[in-house]
Amino acid sequence: MSENTAAARPKRHRTITIDENAGPTRASAHVCEAASCMSGNASDVTVRLRELTEGHSDVLIKRVGCLGLCAAGPLVEIAETGEMIENVSPDDVQPVLDALAAVKPGAERQTQAPFFEKQVRVATENFGKVDPESLDDYVAAGGFQALRRVLSEMTSAEVRDEITESGLRGRGGAGYPTGLKWTTVAKANGDKKYVICNADEGDPGAFMDRSVLESDPFRVLEGMAIAAFAVHASEGYVYCRAEYPLAVKRLQTAIRLAQRAGYLGDGIMDTSLAFTVQIRLGAGAFVCGEETALIASVEGRRGTPRPRPPYPAVAGLWGSPTLINNVESLASVPTILRDGPEGYAAIGVGKSKGTKVFALAGRVVNTGMVEVPMGMTLREIVYDIGGGIPHDRPFKAVQTGGPSGGCIPAEHLDTPVSYESLIELGSFMGSGGMIVMDDTSCMVDVAKYFQDFCRDESCGKCTPCRVGTTQMYMLLDLITKGEATEDDLAQLERLAGIVQKMSLCGLGQGAPNPIFSTLRYFRDEYMAHIVDKTCPAGVCPISKPAEVVA
Amino acid sequence: MPIPYTKPAPPNDDKRWKIVATRMRRLGDRPEALIEALHAAQEAFGFLDDDALEFVGDTLGVPHSRVFGVATFYSFFTLKPQGDHTCVVCTGTACYITGAGDIIEAFGERLGVKPKGTTEDGKLSLLTARCIGACSLAPAVIVDGEMKGKAVTDELMAELEAM
Repeated sequence: MSENTAAARPKRHRTITIDENAGPTRASAHVCEAASCMSGNASDVTVRLRELTEGHSDVLIKRVGCLGLCAAGPLVEIAETGEMIENVSPDDVQPVLDALAAVKPGAERQTQAPFFEKQVRVATENFGKVDPESLDDYVAAGGFQALRRVLSEMTSAEVRDEITESGLRGRGGAGYPTGLKWTTVAKANGDKKYVICNADEGDPGAFMDRSVLESDPFRVLEGMAIAAFAVHASEGYVYCRAEYPLAVKRLQTAIRLAQRAGYLGDGIMDTSLAFTVQIRLGAGAFVCGEETALIASVEGRRGTPRPRPPYPAVAGLWGSPTLINNVESLASVPTILRDGPEGYAAIGVGKSKGTKVFALAGRVVNTGMVEVPMGMTLREIVYDIGGGIPHDRPFKAVQTGGPSGGCIPAEHLDTPVSYESLIELGSFMGSGGMIVMDDTSCMVDVAKYFQDFCRDESCGKCTPCRVGTTQMYMLLDLITKGEATEDDLAQLERLAGIVQKMSLCGLGQGAPNPIFSTLRYFRDEYMAHIVDKTCPAGVCPISKPAEVVA
Repeated sequence: MPIPYTKPAPPNDDKRWKIVATRMRRLGDRPEALIEALHAAQEAFGFLDDDALEFVGDTLGVPHSRVFGVATFYSFFTLKPQGDHTCVVCTGTACYITGAGDIIEAFGERLGVKPKGTTEDGKLSLLTARCIGACSLAPAVIVDGEMKGKAVTDELMAELEAM
């Protein structure tokens, strides 16, 4: 599909113009305007650069989505050479101007740092390249080609087959095969069907969905429109956290522009497909990431889950069949359908195909957002991409999967990351947060932190979760204070098993996981607290060994 | 026999009620607009008082008990007025292991304010968030809506005390 959109649809589509300056661009500076660089006044950097380069028609200053290396923000990339200028301040943009001046016509992209070179970009392919608030820019980068192909060449069954073939699995954490979910919704009986994009990224330590919505919102809308075609849905919702104001703003802009250009609304791209998208704001409840709780929240009620079945695919929003997909899953869809499913299925290992976006944070040099092929080892992610631990401190564990996940110790750093391997290690893929911890973190304290989180976020509907998480927290609190006995530890383990088996939804079922995984790999730390009454990392409010003796 | 429905009038002639009413009307004044309406009211007034809860509930045809249930269930909504300035400290995992706890402690020691509390002079409210998604800049805080990454306790305290 190479024809210009404007030629095909003269009335509703505007012509593609990215650069008002007519001359050929010799050098362009891409300024990252995602939330973390924005907190370093990245938008002022853009304004300042535009002022200073005014009249130079060979230079282009462009606002783009997340460049990934948030640790060194605000970031500016020289697009032609791939040179990355870090920690740019609006008061001193000279390094950028120098770099722009040094670009020779026809310059080639240089090899970048391993942080960038080791990544494989699918869901984030437009990051750092397109302006997140420009539909034209998205279209020029190949946007809506997948939707065009779907609407002009394929039946909805073929779309579902291609998604199944690609091996794409839910990127929200559980890894349910996306193709199967789509097929279930498509086959469910109902006059009206819904597509919901789950952008309620509640896991502390995860910010992939925020980055995707801030950097490439049109891609999510395209993914939703394709999903709507594949499952015969007519209405869509994006359920987004209220904590992400920039993501919400960009998404609102994207919906408005896409609607105006005929990519959403009635008669999408001159076909009979009608699909509208609305935003619903979350209000700070972690449990709303669970799909039945999310539906309750979209309906304007308290976000409490209900027993399944019936699954939302059969009876969801207002009792109608509802497809709920994570932001990242939907963002992968356009690439799969544009380039065909084979390419995507060729990446990855075993049953985990494709790529996964991870948010790298904690005690690691290069904090930021990375997309890697499934099957990359944790060591490569933490050391090659992440640049290792600051101040060369010893690595202790990497926490994945948020409050339902676990901590993976150093001896398993060479495990290839996949849905299966992480579960084998007692952790969980989760939405993709990766928190690196060094020897300054106490694992009992980490388990207590997550239990405090689950206790607070438990919706209170089912007893095992409501009461169990509080009791587990109290036991962990005793351990960290050095007041627990070995009986308390046995009690904790027993209770954790009960909460895991008896809870209604994923929040309660996953809540004991941090305890199980820290006990599995760091039982000696628990014993140090209980028997020796010391905290090896020196974090817990516990008497020091010398005082115990005295 | 169904009781005829009449749209309630705003509690007083504050113009901000209009914003709230408009947001509800756009969503058809239907019960499912409840959370959106509460967001609108909180954006306009800073917090949700009884008048706001009743007005929203009556307009959307939602029982007051349910409005109160929803407003208290979601941690984003606050039923207490806030100070002139707000500081939200992120307590996500990355912020936690990089020192969010120390920041909160410093609030207690230097300003005498605990999470969800306001200083005695009503100038500053301290809130905590589960995760604001700025993990790469941990520890992160939001001061009056503006995010600050890699927060250093002393600098932050000095800045807040100067407000």
